[in-house]
Amino acid sequence: MNSVIKSVAYTLTHAPDLVIHAGTTQTTERIVNPESEYLVALPKALRKYEDAVNYPPNQTYIGGMTPADLEKISMPWYENGTKSDRFGKFGEITPQEELYLVMQICDCFDLVMLEASFAAGAAKQIESHPLFTDEIKARIKPGTEIAVIENEVKENGAEGLYHDNKLVGCVKKAHSIDENLSAHVILENLVSKSTSVISMMNLVKNSGINIASVDCVIDCSEEAVGDMNQRGGGNLAKASAEIVGFTGATGFDVRGFCAAPVHAIITAASLVKSGTYKNVIVTAGGSTAKLGMNGKDHVKKGLPVLEDVLGGFAVLISENDGINPEILSEYVGRHVVGSGSSPQAVITALVTNPLDAMGIKITDVDKFSPEMHNPDVTKPAGAGDVPESNYKMIGALAVKRGELDRTELPNFVTKHGMVGFAPTQGHIPSGIPYLGFGREDILEGKITRTMIVGKGSLFLGRMTNLFDGASFVVEKNSGTTDTGSISEEQVRSLIAESLRDFAKSLGGE
Amino acid sequence: MDLENQKRVKELSETHGAENVVVILGAAEGEASGIAAETVTAGDPTFAGPLTGVSLGLKVYHICEEEIKAEVDAGVYDEQVGMMEMVLNLDEIAAEMQSIRSQYTKF
Amino acid sequence: MAILANKKIVAIGDRDGVPGPAIEEVVKTAGGEIVFSSTECFV
Repeated sequence: MNSVIKSVAYTLTHAPDLVIHAGTTQTTERIVNPESEYLVALPKALRKYEDAVNYPPNQTYIGGMTPADLEKISMPWYENGTKSDRFGKFGEITPQEELYLVMQICDCFDLVMLEASFAAGAAKQIESHPLFTDEIKARIKPGTEIAVIENEVKENGAEGLYHDNKLVGCVKKAHSIDENLSAHVILENLVSKSTSVISMMNLVKNSGINIASVDCVIDCSEEAVGDMNQRGGGNLAKASAEIVGFTGATGFDVRGFCAAPVHAIITAASLVKSGTYKNVIVTAGGSTAKLGMNGKDHVKKGLPVLEDVLGGFAVLISENDGINPEILSEYVGRHVVGSGSSPQAVITALVTNPLDAMGIKITDVDKFSPEMHNPDVTKPAGAGDVPESNYKMIGALAVKRGELDRTELPNFVTKHGMVGFAPTQGHIPSGIPYLGFGREDILEGKITRTMIVGKGSLFLGRMTNLFDGASFVVEKNSGTTDTGSISEEQVRSLIAESLRDFAKSLGGE
Repeated sequence: MDLENQKRVKELSETHGAENVVVILGAAEGEASGIAAETVTAGDPTFAGPLTGVSLGLKVYHICEEEIKAEVDAGVYDEQVGMMEMVLNLDEIAAEMQSIRSQYTKF
Repeated sequence: MAILANKKIVAIGDRDGVPGPAIEEVVKTAGGEIVFSSTECFV
């Protein structure tokens, strides 16, 4: 039996000060051009937390509105936000203060120091948060005097943690000479871990799963965890699972640039289908390096710095329950060594090869989710509208194959695609952001089939010139399980239950 | 343009002579094509890389421009790039490239 | 005069446009010599 997409969570974390201090565009600029106009203009171009919450693409990512709702809002979206809630049906938008506290919670080596009054304020903030269990809160450590933190930053190579441009804490280096354990790397890894933890906390709520029944966690972010003897040694997955309290879970990491999440889901689906595990979570936290990646273009054009959030997600893949949408493990798309790197070779490998194996046409896939980069971010930066380009490529291939009339191409983009709404956090946009909506659309009978496509730029690591990518199809459940079929009545009651939960979450409970 | 790529372009121009080097771009839209083209002709407009203030004046084209299509094998072009013609805004790209070349290309 | 024939070609591709290796394949057919090829990524 195929495994199913049981539940999904998406979170964002607003991190404006990390844009300045940890985003590589900014850290590079400070080295090559320390007096630049950009660095002077940057702080004023950063958005407040409320603006990030009200920003329509962010609301879409956490499930506060659908991609169809977003499409109705005219661009630029940063000018057309409306008052919105921190919580959506899939997750939440965490403020920076809480992130720093979660980093301290996730720190198992006394490397994170927070100034006492800041730490107390953040701790108070999460007191009313419904998802922080007593076990998680018990990890909060007392704050430190600011003078000690200042000294760590000035004298001992610690990375400062800033809030509203004020030093409120630091991340210390974890080794005196090993650059893999430098303060910078530890900060990057702790942020990834923390945002993965926040996503999995939301997944526990969304799925209602008993935390003891999670068998395995797979982390598919882009960070390398390790020391000088094993750079990238890994298992951030297990480290994050420990904090959430998955005591019965093992874990491992899957890496593959922006394609890693799709590789990870394929892996998880097979592990469950084979019977090795019953419940596997695929998770990823966000990337500090990519904060403000296109900030120079945004500031130059008078836009706010839109890349001010860290992305995160968590997906629960479970045994077939006869209800939730199935992952078709036998028909995955893959870009292989010999596929070639031309755009048509890539799309053929990822899209049409698996569809040919299934004996269906491109137009038989109701929705494609290739790379859901937010065009509000990418267009002013000269990277175009990435999802739209992908839809055009898929449509163009359908034309070449005679499955679509050329004049139908614009319609294809609208009908089988959607607008991009994910932050440009590399692995985050790559296919996965639609999985939550896709699951619901299938459960509600709006669509029967979606294809999730991830692509990865392997050449950035300078080990190969190869491109990479993988895809999988998610389909309406056939309705049969190992123990028999499920009645329509049961399906209806499940849908009603999920709608009630959603209504509750809108009510702010 | 990526800093390492700028460094390589600069080094290769020194090694082979700027008059012998031709840069071919594959950028996704007009503005990005223009910025990359400007980088290898007038100098890095973002003041970030090794080509800041270095006017190499190289010959630069986008792979989808008619001038390039006229010289290459049509079958190979169709196989490697053909589909992108339905995706990219070719007129916008060509106009940007033309404008940069007419201002800054020395060869 | 030909643009590509007998020239040293630098290919700067884009992962969301035309990637470097695809440019290489095309340029080679016109007698250009690829001396460097790279693919940029804005996302």
